[in-house]
Amino acid sequence: MRTSFGLLFRTTHYALRTTHHLITHHYTQHNAAYRDTMLEMLTRVHARNLVEFARTRPEVVVLSGDLTSSCEVDTFRDTYPERFFSMGLTEQNMMSFAGGMAREGYTPYVHTFAVFMYRRALDQIEMSIAYPNLRVRMVGFLPGVTTPGGATHQAIDDLGVLRALPNLTILETGDATDVESVLGVAQAVEGPVYIRLIRGEIPRLFAAHEPMQLGRARVLSRGTDIALLSTGICTEEAMRATHVLRERGVSLTHLHVTTLKPFADPAVIEAAANARYGVITMENHTIMGGLGTAVAELMAEHGVGVKLHRIGIPDTYIHGASRQYLMREYGLDALALVRRVEAVIGQTLDIDEDDLAAVRLNTFASDQQQEAL
Amino acid sequence: MQSGSGLGVRADANIETSCTLGVLMASFDEVRQAAAGIRRRVLEQTIRANGGYLSQACSSAELLAMLYTHYMRLGPSLGAPIPPPFQGAPSARNPHHVNGGVYNGAQAPDLDRFILSPTHYAMALYAALIEAGRMSPEALAMFNADGSSVEMIGGEHSPGLEVTGGSFGQAISQAAGVALARKLRGDTGRVWVFMSDGEFQEGQVWEAVTVMAHHQIDNLRVVVDVNNQQVDGRMDQVMNIGSLRAKLEAFGASAVEVDGHDLEALAEAGETPHIGRPLFILGRTIPYRGIDLLHERYPHLHYIRFKSDAERERYQEQLRVMRDE
Ligand SMILES: Cc1ncc(C[n+]2csc(CCOP(=O)(O)OP(=O)(O)O)c2C)c(N)n1
Repeated sequence: MRTSFGLLFRTTHYALRTTHHLITHHYTQHNAAYRDTMLEMLTRVHARNLVEFARTRPEVVVLSGDLTSSCEVDTFRDTYPERFFSMGLTEQNMMSFAGGMAREGYTPYVHTFAVFMYRRALDQIEMSIAYPNLRVRMVGFLPGVTTPGGATHQAIDDLGVLRALPNLTILETGDATDVESVLGVAQAVEGPVYIRLIRGEIPRLFAAHEPMQLGRARVLSRGTDIALLSTGICTEEAMRATHVLRERGVSLTHLHVTTLKPFADPAVIEAAANARYGVITMENHTIMGGLGTAVAELMAEHGVGVKLHRIGIPDTYIHGASRQYLMREYGLDALALVRRVEAVIGQTLDIDEDDLAAVRLNTFASDQQQEAL
Repeated sequence: MQSGSGLGVRADANIETSCTLGVLMASFDEVRQAAAGIRRRVLEQTIRANGGYLSQACSSAELLAMLYTHYMRLGPSLGAPIPPPFQGAPSARNPHHVNGGVYNGAQAPDLDRFILSPTHYAMALYAALIEAGRMSPEALAMFNADGSSVEMIGGEHSPGLEVTGGSFGQAISQAAGVALARKLRGDTGRVWVFMSDGEFQEGQVWEAVTVMAHHQIDNLRVVVDVNNQQVDGRMDQVMNIGSLRAKLEAFGASAVEVDGHDLEALAEAGETPHIGRPLFILGRTIPYRGIDLLHERYPHLHYIRFKSDAERERYQEQLRVMRDE
């Protein structure tokens, strides 16, 4: 319905900009090796990926809550009709039912919008799936502001709710490579997994041959002023901002977090400990209970004594509008990050919307050698 | 009070409120016109935005028109003809939130209340509000616009919406709570709920019916758009629920099933006595009624987005015909 502005690049400003090293003494060369290509956009990545994934895994079954095309499992249904089960609008039943199948050795991949799982059927998830630690994959669609469907459809507090569940592993996707690799990551988990999945037309931010890894963030840049941790669709926004911020001499460590639970990545602690001005988290979720909270817990436990700044939906329910509008309204976009960075370092960087819109994002390939922490 | 042209005049309708068509109960011609207007306006908007919940308007047009011009006793709208932008979610810190129920008039002991459950029917409801003179036609141009309260899937700040429905099966329980509270208070006004048939797959709906029967909540009436559709296609193929009427009766409710496009049958259904039980008016409907073109897409009708300019042009032609009628 509405396209991300990921494709609406304007390159003119970028070429004209000169680099201001406002805080050059902290600037370290970031490790990113940006490829010389335009950002690739892909559609229905999960639809193809799941079919491929299930080809050699007969234990994979899909349960669908009357949102089959919306959750990109129509291709699976058409390819493996005997492994596809229409559950209609019976979400609470569907979660417990999945638990039953998992007890018999199948791995149910439950597909519906995230809200209709974690909100509608929380007790069922807890007692029928999480408590017995069953191999159920909950594939939750429409995280946060990615739907104009209003409060009833927006999963803005799923991480806060679900991070509290014992036994549960939580993964979040931010690009096509994440989506392609997330099922493989979940495969290794002997217990239930909740996946925040993005759908439709999505960018490839990360090189296809560098899959998501369980419990390890992607290192997008290294620096010493600020440690920036982002998840999901916020990472694309963050990359847009960090591009310009680096030009202005801000030295950032930027990590893209994909495992929200368990949350013990040493890279996160190290980044926070080395951040001169502080840590910023950025997530498509309320600031309660998600990435920001997870980072706060980790920092406190490790005695990392710098300030933490959480970018996310403030403590409020939101409403239906386009993703770009909501990201601006609730301060989840590149500009919001720039403003926060300015506040954190106490300097104005003279960056405006045009500068950010001008950023040409390319698919990121990490520098493997330097990445070894 | 004034009544319409004879048919369907309700014996107990002796209160002084006037609905915005100028009469409490419209003539069937007027109801028919309102129903045609609902279809036409939703088609217009679907063409304008290249997408919309068009089929729902086709199936429910008569049901919504009956609610707003015949069934419900509502006071005049208290909402702004052009709805204000979204003013923030309800909160103790937010004095600006306005509940969309104001478009259904004042809350008074003798007046009815309306609750929309499947909020993707919002578009059809907005059109009904316009047909009933409760909202300005220009409001539809704000449909699904960023910052607008005229949302695609309505929230309780959207015109005509009093509770947060949309997560299926919750509105009927909320309405039952409202109805019991009104009974306790001695209100004579009723609570009307509009539901879709897919919702009856949700367990909560049956919990609500059980509770209403147990507590003899009989000041509540539910109008159901039985179009046999859900997102994945035909309900009987996606998840068959069998006979809704038989099930509802088994759960202790009164249920009457009629052709949901037949105004006289619907009017008669509204007269069904239901002492000590809630009443369900099941309107069997056709999901492409009034826009035959839609039949080509059957049974995939949930959200209509035109596949080509040529297809859109055919719908444009259909709109021209409907405007002339
Ligand atoms: C609890 C819940 N699950 C899923 C959805 C997503 N959803 C929106 S409309 C719809 C089905 C529509 O079927 P029905 O309610 O019969 O309406 P109609 O077919 O007439 O549009 C679904 C599954 C929802 N709104 N609530």
